[in-house]
Amino acid sequence: METDQQMEEMDVEVLSSMWPEDVGGTEPDNQFNVEKPAGDSDTLKEVDIAEKRTMADLKRLPDLLNTTDQGSSQLTNLVKQWEYMQDHAVRLLREELKILTKQREEAEAKELKIIEEHNFETEEPENVPVLDESSDLFRRFKEKKRDKLVGRKRIEIDEEFDTVAYWKQKALSLEKMLEASTERERRLIEKLNESLKTMESHSAPVEELTQNLKRAEGFLHFILQNAPIVMGHQDKDLRYLFIYNKFPTLREHVRDKDILGKTDVEIFHGGGVKESEDFKREVLEKGKASKREITFETDLFGSKTFLIYVEPVYNKAREKIGINYMGMEVTDQVRKREKMAKLREDNAVRKAMESELTKTIHITEETMRAKQMLATMSHEIRSPLSGVVGMAEILSTTKLDKEQRQLLNVMISSGDLVLQLINDILDLSKVESGVMKLEATKFRPREVVKHVLQTAAASLKKELTLEGNIADEVPILVIGDVLRIRQILTNLISNAIKFTHQGKVGIKLKVIPEPSFASGLELNTDAEEQNGLTETETSVWIRCDVYDTGIGIPENALPCLFKKYMQASADHARKYGGTGLGLAICKQLVELMGGQLTVTSQVNLGSTFTFILPYKVAASNDHSDDQDEFSDMVDHQPEPDDSTEGYFQFKPLLGSIYSNGGPVIGNNFLPHKAMLPSPVKLMNGFVADPSDNTGQSEAVQVENGGYKDEPRLETHRPETAHQYENGNGRCPSKESESCSSSQASSEMESEFTVSSPREDVQTEAEVKETSKQPKILLVEDNKINIMVAKSMMKQLGYTFDIANNGVEAITAINSSSYDLVLMDVCMPVLDGLKATRLIRSYEESGNWDAAVEAGVDIKVLENKQMSVRSTNRLPIIAMTANTLSESSEECYANGMDSFISKPVTLQKLKECLKQYLH
Amino acid sequence: MDAHVAQLQMQYRNYILSLYQQGFLDDQFTELKSLQDDGSPDFVAEVLSLFFDDCVKLVGNMARALDQTGTVDFCQVGANVHQLKGSSSSVGAKRVKGLCINFKELCEAKNYEGCVRCLQQVDIEYKTLKAKLQDMFNLEKQIVQAGGIVPQVDIN
Repeated sequence: METDQQMEEMDVEVLSSMWPEDVGGTEPDNQFNVEKPAGDSDTLKEVDIAEKRTMADLKRLPDLLNTTDQGSSQLTNLVKQWEYMQDHAVRLLREELKILTKQREEAEAKELKIIEEHNFETEEPENVPVLDESSDLFRRFKEKKRDKLVGRKRIEIDEEFDTVAYWKQKALSLEKMLEASTERERRLIEKLNESLKTMESHSAPVEELTQNLKRAEGFLHFILQNAPIVMGHQDKDLRYLFIYNKFPTLREHVRDKDILGKTDVEIFHGGGVKESEDFKREVLEKGKASKREITFETDLFGSKTFLIYVEPVYNKAREKIGINYMGMEVTDQVRKREKMAKLREDNAVRKAMESELTKTIHITEETMRAKQMLATMSHEIRSPLSGVVGMAEILSTTKLDKEQRQLLNVMISSGDLVLQLINDILDLSKVESGVMKLEATKFRPREVVKHVLQTAAASLKKELTLEGNIADEVPILVIGDVLRIRQILTNLISNAIKFTHQGKVGIKLKVIPEPSFASGLELNTDAEEQNGLTETETSVWIRCDVYDTGIGIPENALPCLFKKYMQASADHARKYGGTGLGLAICKQLVELMGGQLTVTSQVNLGSTFTFILPYKVAASNDHSDDQDEFSDMVDHQPEPDDSTEGYFQFKPLLGSIYSNGGPVIGNNFLPHKAMLPSPVKLMNGFVADPSDNTGQSEAVQVENGGYKDEPRLETHRPETAHQYENGNGRCPSKESESCSSSQASSEMESEFTVSSPREDVQTEAEVKETSKQPKILLVEDNKINIMVAKSMMKQLGYTFDIANNGVEAITAINSSSYDLVLMDVCMPVLDGLKATRLIRSYEESGNWDAAVEAGVDIKVLENKQMSVRSTNRLPIIAMTANTLSESSEECYANGMDSFISKPVTLQKLKECLKQYLH
Repeated sequence: MDAHVAQLQMQYRNYILSLYQQGFLDDQFTELKSLQDDGSPDFVAEVLSLFFDDCVKLVGNMARALDQTGTVDFCQVGANVHQLKGSSSSVGAKRVKGLCINFKELCEAKNYEGCVRCLQQVDIEYKTLKAKLQDMFNLEKQIVQAGGIVPQVDIN
């Protein structure tokens, strides 16, 4: 390989002794270790410290170190360090040498002196002036000097100067001195040699350095072997020059492929390879080290995520020669991290959803509350408003001039409109909140239709013909929620009348096969005939068309017709008024009952509202079965055709609206069951007529006023009439009659009265003539309440009897006839609700068995049992402390007719008495 | 003398208004007043004396019922509270009535401490009211004695 050669060349520059000579000779096969990790197991498990499998790779390292910029700088450092140490050693040696040299110089100087001295001594005899005393002195001085210099080595000559012996001796001693000098010199040389030797041994630090280096290398080996990383070096073309791989098993898979000299792309295939390649290239170009996470999806080692660190490598000339890269497998960590992120995300989403949900719940709650609020408010408004309207209508009975009457009429009609609106809202919120419950009662569709038309006719102010057409196959008696059906019919009819200026408005009833939108109910139109006396009920679908010849509805307005507060157009709303709730309520009611309300219309020709409803067919032939069904009282009427008649017509200005139908159910309506607001309505019905200057109303007024009781005698069932005759001048007969009949209609119409006050007209009128002082029973245990009530009654011009509890009340009722009972609800001994139930039971059964059962004293009761009416319903008005625990519903459920909430005020009492006493 | 009467009347009016404003009385009291006419000139006084007699009796009953060691007959207390509630409601003794409503709930919850506390409050309240109304009657009397007529107070 070229690079190998290059490396070898570079080797020359560095101290070759520190590195193995066989750098380039190793087989690339062994160097290259790419391992395929074993499955998904923990990467740490693969760490095998003992194994020396990657040793061979390390031999490559020096190459790399030699070739790269960094490597060489490191080496330079090492070398410098080494050189420094060498320098140091040399300096030490030199210093030593210097010392030695000095010593030697000294030694030589000494020798020289010795020789000089010797010379001097030898010459001395020649030079010494013989006859001079001073020469002696000089000699002495010299000797002295010599002594000092040479020390003890001074030659001692015992012989006399200048004798043979003397010279001999002197020569001998000199010789000795020379010997000693030579000896010294030799020793010095020895010492010098020794010094030189120790200097040689000073090369030991170098070896120590080498040792350190080896240790560091060993440490690096250790780290590298255990590090779960892949390291590599690639050249400029991203060909591998070196790779260290932690994962040895991969080696087996790529044994045949030589990774060295190849690029990533050439080795691997799959996801991430290109990316890593690009990344490396990018680093190489930018010359800036960076890190990146890359997920590989390769055949070699599956899906693994590596954190890759790549740095550019420069040669000594600061030229890029390639990159170093290090990869660490972080698949698990990434997976964990992703999991965490996902969890966090999920968490956030859940939280968001939660908050959203809470918001929705909140909104729903708010809506519910708002609806409830609306209902409550409507209810709350209705009571005082009915007072206002009622009073206004009473006012209209007084003497007024024309202008006042006009103003009053506006006031009343506005009041009526608001009441209607409130009732509509109440109905709607009831239906929407699911509070509205449907009741199944037997009723006669023909009568209902007739009644609705009659009612409409009564208040008709236009020249319209109202007609009803009921197909023969429509059963005489069906079961359904007659109240709601009437409400729908009335709504549709009044709507039709409102938008029709001439022509006719009518109701058509016919039986149809089961419509497609409903299934599961079996149809049997002949059920009535087939079943005969049996009680079996079958279903029948009846289609009801309410048609008119009015202004019609443009096609584009049809879709929003049944929407709340919507009218066909704003113009219509202005022109015709109304709340825009009527049709919405109708639709909801029809759907609530399982039917369907549709409309077809042609502008200027008229509209037809059609609703299809399922009814149960009741067996009507069994009279005994129906006896206590007050709605069936019509069966006992003398006109048999009334129940089967299929066609009615109410023509405009024909004098009497009864021309066709004879007596009307509506006549019998009494509001005993109605809630407080309705009495006012009734009153207004009763008194409003004078102000209502239409022909129809006049007719009603006249007829009722004029004929007095006669029509009623005809209309009611014989027993009632009989009773009436027995009434011997006291009013109860009248009362009882109204009561008994009222129950029938009130069952059907209690809810209805509010929305159609006109129905009450006749009732009120016929009761009007009462002149007798009514007999009232106050059942109340609280003395103070009694006292207050008494005072109020006095002001109103009534007197009453007092019972202190339910038992006393029953006793009193048993012994005397009352026209009205004011009953406290909460009383000791026997409370008002129970007492009322017992009284009702007595009215139905004619005996006090139930009361006896309940523990009321029998004796008192038994005696008079026979003398008391048993069939007439006594109006019982509850006096409730608060409407929460003693709810009006409970009062009604226990057979009470109405209630006054406590504390009783004069106004409340007055209204109540006006309603029930006449 | 007219000035004196006028002053008394003003005083009376203010006094009545304060009774309403402080919540001692409500509309029912007005109702009661309106029931008083020439036919029954002392109607309000009669009703009220009956009411306060009732209060004494009922509070006494309740105190006895609540004083019992061992089991307390909350039903009995409740019955008395109901009576008192009805009475106070009828005469328009608003505060007493309010207390009775709470009292009744406490009774139903069989909260002994609450009942005792409430009873004490009722006792205080009706006595206060009694004193206040006594003052009112005294004022009325003074007005009549001074030759004036007791004014109708429109609380609205």
